[in-house]
Amino acid sequence: MANFFLDNKDLQYHLEHPLMRKIVELKERNFADKERFDDAPQNFEDAMDSYRRVMTLTGELCADVIAPNAEGVDKEGPRVENDRVVYASGTVENMKAVNAAGLDGITLPRRFGGLNFPLTCFVMANEMVARADTGFENIWGLQDCAETLNEFASEEQKQKYLPMVCKGATCAMSLTEPDAGSDLGAAMLKATWSEEKQTWLLNGVKRFITNGDGDISLVLARTEEGTADARGLSMFVYDKNDGGMKVRRIESKLGIKGSPTCELIFTDAPAELVGDRRMGLIKYVMSLMNAARLGIGAQSVGLCEAAYRESLKYAHERRQFGVDIIKFPAISEMLSNMRARLRGARALLYETSRFVEIYKQYAHISHERSLEPEERAEMKRYNRLADAFTPLVKLMASEWANALAYDAVQIHGGSGYMKDYACERLYRDARVLNIYEGTSQMQVVAAINGVTKGTFMEQVSQYEVLEYSADMQPIVESLKALRARVEAMAERVETINKEYPQYKDFHARRLVESVGHIIITYLLAKQASEVEEYKSDAKLLAKQTEAYIASAEVYINSSEGSDVALFSEVQEQY
Amino acid sequence: MNKALKIVVLAKQVPDTRNVGRDAMTPEGSVNRAALPAIFNPEDLNALEVALRLKDECVGSTVHILTMGPLRAADIIRDAMFRGADGGYLLTDRKFAGSDTLATSYALSCALRQIGADLIVAGRQAIDGDTAQVGPQVAGWLGLPQVTYAEEIEQIKDSSLVIRRRLEHGIEVVESPLPAVITVCSTAAEVRPQNARLILKYKYAATRSELIGDNESLRAEMVAERDYLNIVEFSASDVECDESQLGQAGSPTKVKMVEDVVFQAKESKVLTASDADIEGLMVELMASHTLG
Repeated sequence: MANFFLDNKDLQYHLEHPLMRKIVELKERNFADKERFDDAPQNFEDAMDSYRRVMTLTGELCADVIAPNAEGVDKEGPRVENDRVVYASGTVENMKAVNAAGLDGITLPRRFGGLNFPLTCFVMANEMVARADTGFENIWGLQDCAETLNEFASEEQKQKYLPMVCKGATCAMSLTEPDAGSDLGAAMLKATWSEEKQTWLLNGVKRFITNGDGDISLVLARTEEGTADARGLSMFVYDKNDGGMKVRRIESKLGIKGSPTCELIFTDAPAELVGDRRMGLIKYVMSLMNAARLGIGAQSVGLCEAAYRESLKYAHERRQFGVDIIKFPAISEMLSNMRARLRGARALLYETSRFVEIYKQYAHISHERSLEPEERAEMKRYNRLADAFTPLVKLMASEWANALAYDAVQIHGGSGYMKDYACERLYRDARVLNIYEGTSQMQVVAAINGVTKGTFMEQVSQYEVLEYSADMQPIVESLKALRARVEAMAERVETINKEYPQYKDFHARRLVESVGHIIITYLLAKQASEVEEYKSDAKLLAKQTEAYIASAEVYINSSEGSDVALFSEVQEQY
Repeated sequence: MNKALKIVVLAKQVPDTRNVGRDAMTPEGSVNRAALPAIFNPEDLNALEVALRLKDECVGSTVHILTMGPLRAADIIRDAMFRGADGGYLLTDRKFAGSDTLATSYALSCALRQIGADLIVAGRQAIDGDTAQVGPQVAGWLGLPQVTYAEEIEQIKDSSLVIRRRLEHGIEVVESPLPAVITVCSTAAEVRPQNARLILKYKYAATRSELIGDNESLRAEMVAERDYLNIVEFSASDVECDESQLGQAGSPTKVKMVEDVVFQAKESKVLTASDADIEGLMVELMASHTLG
């Protein structure tokens, strides 16, 4: 029987990371649940055993149920009937299976019916689901909205909504509006307090809402009359059972067709305020979006895995000129680079997951007791790392997913352009990954401070002093030299930017991706020091990194402040 | 609200004969278990699902697995627990070795007398023997009504069940009093997946033999602490039975000879793509009523 966990040693490798010990300790609070819940672990080993078992179960469902349904779901897609979304039949089957398997509320506390698993496991499950069907990952992965409720909602709200999610209620993030996309601060959907009904009422339109007709929605709404920016927005939790929301239409999309993208109309829809007024976008939605960005990172890596495997299989089976096409250097080079990037993106994904997890766990603990000074310092450090790495992984993984999907079609040749092979669907599905939850351009805006303020390089310093095997030493040495060059590039950009504002904006992506390449190569070099199988990947990534940075360096060093004008010409041309 | 039922599912761990290789059979003509992966007999999974659905409907019901086999057959009991069964019984003893269907059904029925059940559900047949005899024979030994080829329980009444049977030429709906034996065919609902929470709850479930020499482990500790983790193990002496009816001694079936059968293609005909040849074929197929 096929299994997307057991057939993937790389994934298993990341589950066994040394930091898991710390993560499990934080998550399980000295295994305090073991007396109260019959599914709680007794110790670290027991917890790890549980994770492996549930990841195996997830891998089985992905391979046996979700993946075989993907093609049919892509063809059939969801539809709107009587103002409600009707999922494709394969999607319904998938939901039934994951629900029966209890794969809901994976990270939520046991007292609400959750599994209380680390974020790392949730990210892994996300990745496997995305490999099986990228669009279904949207629907299933949105259970992560409940984490935002777990962090910011009142106890009463948690008691009401979290058990629903643990029993399989689906979620949606109702944020975007026709005139508020990347600029969410411009959202206008109105929330007014009704004295008569003693509740908040939502009125307005939301657009491009993934799984918008989900059971529970987190809705960004304007509570402060007369405001027009982020400071007038609050976050609400809305239960579909309470009525007042209709699906006007769903979008006809290029890819992820199984995932309904809805236009919603709220008419006096009753909803509950989460946390404090005015903090909706600034605090809660930012946190929600960071979690979602990590989710897209997972979705991207899952798609990379599928693209690589489809291509590898095809290249071994397709014969031309009397040989399997994998024997042609042009094909094997593409595939080797695909594998290196797949594993590189995955390394960055789990590194980021661990940073986010440790920070979040400290934050949760800080609600239960006051943190010791060293714990507080650690929380701060991981918070900064999480903030910097999250946009980085979203950027790198989603861009590489597109590159891999592109190459997958290329390896399939003419057949890849037809609907006969999965790579065609992957190519379409990939295209949204670097757009939604913040375009790549927005990720660069979020990550550039990590470059100029030193967060990334502090972490790179940590990687520099780790132990590496002898054959990885040359790579580490070259990375040290590259780091110095990137620092010089950043300095040049900062200096020129003082005189020519926007200069930094034009080069930010080159800087962020340079740092991203360095970090990923370090992670792979470390893995290759432990496991033979990663050696080629590390070496190939090192070459890609060197080439990328050389090119970025030439571009930046030859770019004068006055070049800013070259890019502004088009601003006047329309 | 339906009354609580005590349900026992008869299940068998079988070699996966769906993927047989060269060494699938021993020279003596029995199945070479070592060469094939051991799996939950597919129709027994359908039977388990029928039982679990009854449990969902009738609050307070329990589902237990009864299986006869070597120690490792405890794996299918755990598998069933991960899907919603409450526990199980492993009937294991060298004295059961070499049992044919009659001796097997005898041993199972002795265990069932001891366990007691309102309803016994079994798969129609096992993929290693394809006899479809054990379920009906159990009903015979216990003097219970039997419903074979069951596909779905359509209605649950106070002391009877209305059951849909899938027969060769159609369906038949029958009502049977309880207790009864039902055998379930593969057209019945597919078994539900394992459940994450149940896996975590039951992962340490074990039989006493599995725990021998394992006093230090977490598993031993957990089984000692939590009664629901005990998979009951019965040897021949644990159930009331006539030992002469067990194992080879109690098995009238004897394998006389095993022959390798090589399927050979029947006569073949080569047609050209000419209209005449195609028309000739059409006429022939219509004459034999294969077409039209």
